[in-house]
Amino acid sequence: MSKEWPLWEIFIRGQHGMSHRHVGSLHAPDAELAIKNARDVYTRRNEGVSIWAVEAKHIAATAPGDKEPLFEPSNSKVYRHPTFFDIPDEVGAM
Amino acid sequence: MELNDALERFLLRMGDNTLILGHRVSEWCGHAPVLEEDIALANTALDMIGQTQLWLGLACEVQDKGKSADDLAFLRDAWDFRNLLLCELPNGDFGRTMMRQFLFDAWQSVYLPRLSKSSNERVAAIAEKANKEATYHVERSGETVVGLGDGTEESHKRMQQALDYLWPYVGEIFDTDQADDVLAEAGVAVHPSTLKDEYFELINRVLVDATLTVPEDTFAHHGGRTGARHTEHLGHLLTQMQWLQRVYPGASW
Repeated sequence: MSKEWPLWEIFIRGQHGMSHRHVGSLHAPDAELAIKNARDVYTRRNEGVSIWAVEAKHIAATAPGDKEPLFEPSNSKVYRHPTFFDIPDEVGAM
Repeated sequence: MELNDALERFLLRMGDNTLILGHRVSEWCGHAPVLEEDIALANTALDMIGQTQLWLGLACEVQDKGKSADDLAFLRDAWDFRNLLLCELPNGDFGRTMMRQFLFDAWQSVYLPRLSKSSNERVAAIAEKANKEATYHVERSGETVVGLGDGTEESHKRMQQALDYLWPYVGEIFDTDQADDVLAEAGVAVHPSTLKDEYFELINRVLVDATLTVPEDTFAHHGGRTGARHTEHLGHLLTQMQWLQRVYPGASW
């Protein structure tokens, strides 16, 4: 039966002010039941205050085969990390 | 009848409903048709067991005989239980389980908001907490009834069979006795008969959406909430639920 239900990707916001994070995926016949299933599967231990469900086919994704041209060039560009600055203590956590 | 006796009877009825149905639903754990429904059913079962602890816990306080909710759950026999017959009926297929759940959830969703205004603040507090769970339960079971009823030819047929099978057990929800009169008079619990209109309005709306036909026969089985005559199924359920305490009395972990 689950073969007939589309796959949904589930995003949960753990607390107010935080962003939604991908927590996993599940099957459901429609959006409303995807939310309900997500509530039951992913928030039963009080994990969240908000749920997003996105049907997996609507997510555009990079192809694993493109990994090298996409991501490797940034490997050697250490100067893009702002680690060469002394951050004053007053700034606090960044 | 004294208010205290009426209250005790009421609390046993509330607690036994959720205990027995909660156990029934827990029987699906690991067996539901899909993982998502398996977890959802287990959550529902746990919600009901949680409600049981509150209702039966308060029943013990009212009884004042030094018993615990566990004693009531595991050391009574079939004739002591006061749950609706609907709650003890076997699961059948997934469709029948969801139909039974919907018929029960609908009752809770109509009853609990009224109980949350009880003159007894302990009853009001339990009802308010339970109502949040029931509100979700009835949404879920209602949608599933619609989905399956208005689904394939096979699922529609099974849901209609489920409704026909369960229908004679709906009437007992509105049975009343002297305890109900006493509690209504004291403002502790509304009279079950006052729930009828809202209950049938709710389930009719969902069953129409589900393209199911409400049986015309108004025959109803009685005997669960009075304890006079449970179905044969309750004893079988208890042998599963209580075996550990019967084989190892007092065992704990």
